[in-house]
Amino acid sequence: MNGPQRLAEVFVELADTLVDQFDVVDFLHVLTDRSVELLRADAAGLMLADQRGNLQVMASTVERMRLLELFELQISQGPCRDCFDSGEPVVNVDLRMAQQRWPEFTAAAVSVGFRSTHAIPMRLRGQIIGALNLFTEQPARLSADDVAVGQAMADIATIGLLHERNVHEQTVLSEQLQAALNSRVLIEQAKGLLSGVADVSIPEAFATMRSHARHHGMTLSAVAASVIDGTLTVQDLVVS
Amino acid sequence: MTTSEVTQILSAVIDVADDGVSLPQRLVCACAAALPVTGVGMMLMTDAGPAGVVGATSGPAMTMENLQFTLGEGPCVDCSTTGRPVLVADLAASGPPRWPAFSAGALDVGIRAIFALPLRVGAIRLGVLDLYRDAPGPLPAEDLAHALSFADAATAVLLHLQAHDSGDDPAGVVVIDDRAAVHQATGFIAGRAGMSMTQALVLLRARSFASGQLIHDLAESVLAGELWFSTDETGIHLH
Repeated sequence: MNGPQRLAEVFVELADTLVDQFDVVDFLHVLTDRSVELLRADAAGLMLADQRGNLQVMASTVERMRLLELFELQISQGPCRDCFDSGEPVVNVDLRMAQQRWPEFTAAAVSVGFRSTHAIPMRLRGQIIGALNLFTEQPARLSADDVAVGQAMADIATIGLLHERNVHEQTVLSEQLQAALNSRVLIEQAKGLLSGVADVSIPEAFATMRSHARHHGMTLSAVAASVIDGTLTVQDLVVS
Repeated sequence: MTTSEVTQILSAVIDVADDGVSLPQRLVCACAAALPVTGVGMMLMTDAGPAGVVGATSGPAMTMENLQFTLGEGPCVDCSTTGRPVLVADLAASGPPRWPAFSAGALDVGIRAIFALPLRVGAIRLGVLDLYRDAPGPLPAEDLAHALSFADAATAVLLHLQAHDSGDDPAGVVVIDDRAAVHQATGFIAGRAGMSMTQALVLLRARSFASGQLIHDLAESVLAGELWFSTDETGIHLH
């Protein structure tokens, strides 16, 4: 169990990230990393819905395709989908008992070695905008306190996503959600491009871009856009 | 699911007898008919700015598009630059400070609200779908959701039109698979083959269409190094 001190540190770190020049995709990646740590999980992902309830993977701690598919599958079926549709947490799911509920999802999750999963809603004034999803390789139960920590993480993700001032306006929410979703695509394209040009793996390409963003006070999206338009070369990234 | 809605929109504009009307033109008309808006226009965009109007319903829609094209300012230009929707519920109130010349012209032809939706796939800027209404007021959430499906359909149409070699076969217009592997493979091909992101995605889609393989499976093969491409005088090929 993580002590209250570590919990406080993580929340300070996340709050500290929410400054002017922050990148929502990068922020959500940090958040999934910390969720795994605080809730003793082996993988986490953050799913965001567009205005049509169409869930998309915004950030995750995994890059391997078969693991990533666990999140992608839930666009139609799985704990994230149910959590999003009901607005309620779906926690302590024993994957050995879930075949009937989500046949495809459960088969995929079990085949990569997971035993338990949890999904916690991202809420904004009665509206559900996404879900935080966790997986563990060992059977695991979240206590009421753990669920509260998970909900706090999901709430911070919501705040991060809607950091702009007038978020109470539906218009800004719509604009911000679409922008975040497009930014995610741009980053995936840049990861692929860097991987192709520099002959590195996709996770390495991602780590390189994140590190460059940190060291140069740039947002991850700005780094990705510069990689794509050629203003940042492989050499710039490797040297930094 | 949403994909089916986009598929339905595409089928409705594709499965009609060839009447000489372009796909973008059919799409803007279908969009205007399905939503509580007065008219719809579609602009092609490049990194340099507006590149031409590809579809517009009759009436002020063409004026709205032409104004933005000539002036280089307006919701559609901002929408393309930032990649975010630009939703202007009351053009008379909020338009003039942002786009003085455009707002004057648009208000003049009776446009009171504009909802500009980006037609983009990450870094790939294809265009903007502009919906307008002759009365102020926001676009309700369900209508916006529906409009976003039209925007997805429009993105698929514009991407299809980029693929010159697939000709005008409208069967090649397919909904974009939005999974990470597809976007990563697009970037990978662009980087390796030194082509634009648009060309790389068009290539992947054309190959998927020609071979009947799912684009997601193709993308994974590209990323796993199992699929290669070569360049000759006829272009770049995946194999």
